[in-house]
Formats: sequence, C-alpha cells, structure tokens
Amino acid sequence: MRTRRTNRAIVTLLAWGASLAIAFPLLWALLTSFKTELEAVAFPPRFLSFDWTLANYRNVLADGDYFHALINSVVIAGGSSALVLALAVPAAWSMAFAPTRRTRGILLWMLSTKMLPPVGVFIPIFLFYRDWGLLDSRFGIALLLAAGNLPIAAWMLFSNFREVPGEILEAARMDGASLWQEVVTVLAPLALPGIASTFFLVFTLAWNESFWTLNLATTEATPLTAFIAAFSSPQGLFWARLSAASILSIIPVLLIGWLCQRQLVRGLTFGAVK
Amino acid sequence: MSGIVLEGVTKRFGDHLAADTIDLAIPDGGFTVFVGPSGCGKTTLLRLIAGLEDIDSGRLLIDGMDMARTSPAARGLAMVFQSYALYPHMSVRANLGFALKVARRPGAEIAERVEQVAAMLNLAPYLDRRPAALSGGQRQRVAIGRALVREPRAFLFDEPLSNLDAELRAQMRFEIRRLQQQLGITAVYVTHDQAEAMTMADQIVVFRDGRVEQTGAPLDIYRHPANRFVAGFIGSPRMNFLGGAIADDYGCAAIGVRPEHLMLDPAGALAATVQTVEHLGSESLIHLRAQSGEDLIARGTQDPDVRPDDIVRLRFAPNAVHRFDADDRAMPATDARQEVI
Repeated sequence: MRTRRTNRAIVTLLAWGASLAIAFPLLWALLTSFKTELEAVAFPPRFLSFDWTLANYRNVLADGDYFHALINSVVIAGGSSALVLALAVPAAWSMAFAPTRRTRGILLWMLSTKMLPPVGVFIPIFLFYRDWGLLDSRFGIALLLAAGNLPIAAWMLFSNFREVPGEILEAARMDGASLWQEVVTVLAPLALPGIASTFFLVFTLAWNESFWTLNLATTEATPLTAFIAAFSSPQGLFWARLSAASILSIIPVLLIGWLCQRQLVRGLTFGAVK
Repeated sequence: MSGIVLEGVTKRFGDHLAADTIDLAIPDGGFTVFVGPSGCGKTTLLRLIAGLEDIDSGRLLIDGMDMARTSPAARGLAMVFQSYALYPHMSVRANLGFALKVARRPGAEIAERVEQVAAMLNLAPYLDRRPAALSGGQRQRVAIGRALVREPRAFLFDEPLSNLDAELRAQMRFEIRRLQQQLGITAVYVTHDQAEAMTMADQIVVFRDGRVEQTGAPLDIYRHPANRFVAGFIGSPRMNFLGGAIADDYGCAAIGVRPEHLMLDPAGALAATVQTVEHLGSESLIHLRAQSGEDLIARGTQDPDVRPDDIVRLRFAPNAVHRFDADDRAMPATDARQEVI
C-alpha cells in the first residue's frame, strides 16, 4: 500500500516536472515580455522581482505591423487548413471505406513525402513561384502549406474515419443519400471530434510554419512568424520586445484551441451499434 | 416477372469465390430466408442484391428489370442491418424520416409517414430520443421502421436479431413475420440460425461455400434434404448419421435418422451407451454413443428412465430413414423396404 502511494507520488512529480520543462520556454518568454530590455538580459536572471512593464507590448503594437501580420496569419493558416480538409476528407473517406490492395502503400507513400527536408525543394519552388507570380502572396503560401500538411491530415482523418461503423454509411446509401449527403449529413457529424482535432493540428502547424513564410513572403504576405523574426534582426536583438511579439502571436491559436476544446473532448455518444 | 431473380450471379473477393454462379428466384410477396454456416456467402449475396457490392458477372432482375449496375437507392430495396446502423446523432424521428428527406419529400408528408410508421411499431413515445437512449428491441424496431418508411419493393434483413436476447428474438421474429404478411412486401432474410429459417420462411435457401445447396419450403427441406449437409444443418438437434453395417443393410453409404424418430425400445437392434440426459421440461434429449462409435441424440419423454452409462437399445422406423450415397447426395426413400432391425 505504502509503496503504491510512493510510486504514485513519484509519477506525479515526474509528470509535473516534465510539464514544467516543456512549458518553461513559454513561461520564460511570458515573464521576459514584462521586463525592460536591460532586465531581460540581466545575470543572474530575475524571476518575479523586477519592474513589471507593459511598454514592450505598447512598442510592439505601435511600431511593428502586428495587425497586418495577424490578418495574414489568419488568412494563410485558415485558408490552407480549409483547403487541407476539403482534400483530406474525401481522400480519407475513400481509403477508409473503399480500400483497395494499394491503400496501405498509398498511405505510406503520402507520409514519406514528409521525410523530405523543405530546404531540398526550396530552389525549384522558389523559381516556380517567381515565374508564376506567387512570391509574397498569401494564396501562394497557403497553397504550399496546404500541400505540406495534407499527408498528416489525410492520415489522421483516415484513422479517425475507420472508427465510424461502415454499416451506418451503407444505411445512408440504401436510404438514397448521395455521396455528398453521406459525407456531410452522416460521416462529418460522427467524425466531428476527429475532424476538429485535425483542423486544429494543421491550423497550428500552418500558423507556426516559418521556413516557407520567411523565405517566400517579404512585405505584403508576411505573417506573424516573419513579424517575430523581424525583432531579432536589423536593429539588434531585443529580447523583451521579441518575447512580447511571440506572446501576442500565440494568443490567437490559444483562443482557437480553447474554442475547439469542447469539440475535441466531447466525442459523440455512440448508440447506433449494439 | 415480378420478384427478384438472380441468373448466374458470381462474386469473387481475391481468390475467394463468395458467390458461385447462383441462380435463384425470390417470389414476389414471399418471405425467403438465406441460411447457412458463417462464411457461406449468404450475406454477400444479400449485399449483391442490395447493391452494396458489385456483381462480377450474371444478371439481377428486380421486377423484371436488370438492376445489376443500378445504384443501391434506385433499386427500391430497404435493408435492416445486423448492427441496426442507426444514425447516432439523429433523433428517432430524424432516423425514420432520413430517406424521405434526402428524397426531398415535402415536410408534411415526411411527418405523416413517420407518425404512421411509429404508430405501427409502437415507437411513438420515443420519437424525440436518440438511439443511445433506446433498448436493443427499440433500436431494432427503429431500424425496421426506417426500412418501412420508404415503402420499398423488398426488405433485406441481414441477421437482424442476432444482437437480441432469446426472448426478444422470438418476439421480434413473430413481429417481423406479421408485419411482412400484413404489408405483403417481399422479404429476403439472412440468418445462420436454422430455427429462425424454419419458423419464418416461405422459402428457405441453404448455402454452403458460395453455392446454393437446396431451395424449398421449410418442411420440404426438413423432410427431403437434398444431401447430407442440408440434412445435418436443418433441424435441431441435428440429424443422426450412421455408417457401416447398418448403412449397408439399406444399400447406401450412410443413413440419417432425426432425433424424434429414434426411440428407446428394449427390442431395438441398435445398442448405445447413455452419455447425458438434457431435460427441457416438455421433453428431454438423450445423448448417446452407438457401439459403432457415432454420437447420437434421441428425443425422449419428459422424464425418461435412463441414467448415464446405461446401455440401451434403440429402434427407428424404416420410412424415417434418409439414405445418402458416397458423395453425400440423398438417395430415394425406402418405403418398400421391410423393417430390418
């Protein structure tokens, strides 16, 4: 009994330790964002005993083009995620409910495209984008991020759809539902938690993607990633302001995550089968 | 010709022949039961009729029209699935009305049809519930109601009662049959339970390994099984088979005697050892082992005077004997033969 309790305490401690270690950079950035630039680089570092200030946020919002970048981020992440779902839902449907002998191979092949380092295709894509006039365009970046996230979304939705009993979809087919009606009125509501978490994942990935956004966007299409990066370059390194900019760019994703949370955890009470 | 007709229907899954050139007529307005052990192709054939699987070759005529390439919905058939396959995110009302809604029927008509069907199946009090809040029997009735709403040409049932307990199963068996007779709609019903087949069917189709073994009315099949497989599959407890010297007396490879025709009689020629006695209340089943080694079952009275390890003698009337040749095919009956044992 005693050893059991001790074990549990150890596990709890480990869990807390791990969570803290994971969250530490974020918490540190949060603290730094309220410091002055001098205190931000002070050594030994100060934890809570410093002059709390909102000046960094004021500066970031005043001289950086935060709202421009925010809108770009929303458009790029939202647009690419919508495109990903529009393609991944039908793809996952066909693999989950009409599999062929090659389905497994296709799944693996799709995932294998994620093993290619983006920088390996940077030059050709850059040249294509230059010729097609897609450089520094939100559409161009959204398209590229959608292509990059498609395999993950198709894979996630595939495993999610396989949990939905095929007989329910067959029942809809017998009832005369078109393929579109079958997907929209039967499959989507049943797979909603999975679709929501897939959307959230690809949205977050697109939101935080910085290789393509930094290299393909210069002024018009720059999202928050480029906005943050701007604080670490031309005028020198401003830790406090950089932290404030980072925190400001996290907030929208946190908000969406929090809004989706209900969907993510709700899950549907299945009562159709047995 | 009305009803459903299959001509040379074949379906393969890879190397597995799930339906092997099946010719079958399902009469209009009748209750046809597909029965056979699991994996015999009966469910595949039902899904081929429904259009949920594509036919490799052969013709499928529904009311005289070849519908082998028609979409499931356009065939005008309704299916009740083994798992019920209700839409879990919709109320009973929406489940029942779904087919009419996708067919864009007017709202008033949908409401009327749903009420009508709900009244027929005693579902009226549950119309606003979700499937999760219903009992197994109620879910089953919703599944049937969903098929009923569409006024289909035929009902297809895929082992619809296998998830219910014994009592409910017997009740639903009766209800489904009554409903089908009342509406006069053709029904095709798949089951592995020969008792369900016997009690419900106008016509039984016995399957094995993707082939039809025999087609006929329940009692015809019971009395005149076409081969040893059908003889053993239809009837419970199953038919007793004896080979060796007794079969030689009858001029065949094996004989079959149903448990009700095997009687305890001190003067009988067949000796056997009692294994156990199962008391069923109104009768009993005596499990025996013949001296030649075969396991046998005899139907006994309520309380037969035998104990395990007793050696008893058995008698059976020659006209109750089924004869089978070396290929397990049934041979003509032996009415003219004198009692030999």
